[in-house]
Amino acid sequence: MGVEVKPAMLTAQIRKELPSAGALSFVLDVDMEVSAGITILFGPSGAGKSTLLDCLAGLTRPDAGRIAAGGDTLFDSASGIDFPPQERHIAYVFQTLALFPHLSVEENVSYGLLDLPAPERDRQVAEILGAFRVEKLKKQKPGEISGGEKQRIALARSLVTEPRVLLLDEPLTGLDAELKSSIVDDLRVWNAAKRIPILYVTHSREEVDALGELVIAMENGRVVSAGAPIDVLDAPRRKRLAQAAGFENLLDATVLDLREADGVMRVRLGESASELEVPLGFATAGDRVRLAIRAGDILLATEQPRGLSARNVIAGRITSLEQRGTIVVARVDCGVAFLAHVTPGAVRSLDLTQGRRVWLVLKTHSCHVVD
Amino acid sequence: MDALLLSFKLAACVSAILMIVGTPVAYWLAYSNWRGKFLLESAVALPLVLPPTVLGFYALIAMGPRGLLGKLWIALFGHGLAFTFAGLVFASVLYSFPFAVQPLIASFEGVDRKLLHASAVLGAGNLRTFWRVILPLSLPGVVTAVVLSFAHTLGEFGVVLMVGGNLAGITRTVSIDIYDHVQSLEYGEANRMALVLLAISFGVLGLVYAVNRRVWMPWASK
Repeated sequence: MGVEVKPAMLTAQIRKELPSAGALSFVLDVDMEVSAGITILFGPSGAGKSTLLDCLAGLTRPDAGRIAAGGDTLFDSASGIDFPPQERHIAYVFQTLALFPHLSVEENVSYGLLDLPAPERDRQVAEILGAFRVEKLKKQKPGEISGGEKQRIALARSLVTEPRVLLLDEPLTGLDAELKSSIVDDLRVWNAAKRIPILYVTHSREEVDALGELVIAMENGRVVSAGAPIDVLDAPRRKRLAQAAGFENLLDATVLDLREADGVMRVRLGESASELEVPLGFATAGDRVRLAIRAGDILLATEQPRGLSARNVIAGRITSLEQRGTIVVARVDCGVAFLAHVTPGAVRSLDLTQGRRVWLVLKTHSCHVVD
Repeated sequence: MDALLLSFKLAACVSAILMIVGTPVAYWLAYSNWRGKFLLESAVALPLVLPPTVLGFYALIAMGPRGLLGKLWIALFGHGLAFTFAGLVFASVLYSFPFAVQPLIASFEGVDRKLLHASAVLGAGNLRTFWRVILPLSLPGVVTAVVLSFAHTLGEFGVVLMVGGNLAGITRTVSIDIYDHVQSLEYGEANRMALVLLAISFGVLGLVYAVNRRVWMPWASK
């Protein structure tokens, strides 16, 4: 197969209106550029991520727009170009994987190579099965193998066709973190040589953190921001994105006063007496704002702390403790309810119990003002 | 026994033709988004509700010397189509059409659309997708279609009587033969034939139901 000489870039301007049950129809309206390497397409369910992938792959026809990959125009409503999925050379791994249940692993993987002579086909299939460490399963049927193995095979089946773009629609949901990262590592190794754009759809914040590459955030059919995960997801400007991005605390507050010289403002939380110092937002005294705070950014102290750089220390009482895997979720009542994450070790050494009086410590810049 | 053999020959021809003609029709009905699709669906289902005599009557008119089909047949082969084995096959194909096409539609529609999408993005055209994915996964539906159209043709009476008449060895099928025996008060002979037909029908339906439980499908979930 030819080495990439054209720029391995996917560009898409897509507009598609979808009929929906409600009075408002859903409109996908996206303008994006994806370069070689993994780009994460992130957003809550219903943001239009899968529809976008379907348009790119040619399974759904956009109302208007243009799609180009590797220098070739695949779709252009203005000039009437619309290549069918068979001719786009865009690989697509579905959320359900869609392995052919009646074919063996080997037959599944060779499916996209049926036009090659048999010896060449067998060589390529053996090579990719080796790269994804599933060569032992080649005679098995998809019904006989585990979830993680199926995911590896679905990837191998797509990649063996030497696509110029790879679309992954939540391909690794339901796998544990270790298995997930081992599969992603195999994918990275493969792509280090091929250098194609990979668009990885997820609605899981954990996966974004694990992959840690460029993120395109979508909401309501539109791209709302793009860039490094820390820029896109840690400064959420929209409430739904904030929830999806794992900001456990979303609090209503009233602006008390602005201290523009310090770049901060003081706010009162809800109807309580608790006050917080937060980064300056587009607000004036008396405005209602919404704060997003990650449960993992809150420190717990059993005595009132002094001599801290953190500007916010508020008193409260633990109302519940709930262990979830390796973290403990503490619910603390400070007039408004906060969720804070602590480790089981901290719970033991601080002797945290329900009803215990505690102080929450929050850095100013851990409090994000959401519009 | 001639009648029984003739019935089997007729049923085999009809099932084979129905698979060839019915499969593309079923494919189109399963996957087309055309708005007027319901018209063809109704036409396909028509033999289910129409009295066989009505269907047989129109088939006879079409095959007659003044019918379009009859004229064409005479031009091609020099003799008429009515009261021949070929005419019987033609009318039976029409009569058993829904029994072949409906199970095929149901099983084609039952194939996960994501598998068809996967096949397309892997570069397979519609024909390859059909042979490699849709057909193997629709095998129970294909078996049902073959068996039902075979059994239905075996048991038909009204259509055969209308277009075939009662010519021994040419158009006298087993159901006509039973009728003849009863008319001649030969109940023993009629019973013998009737029992054979009953046993075959039961066996055939047993096969259909067993296949649809996927007892022989190696990839069925365990």
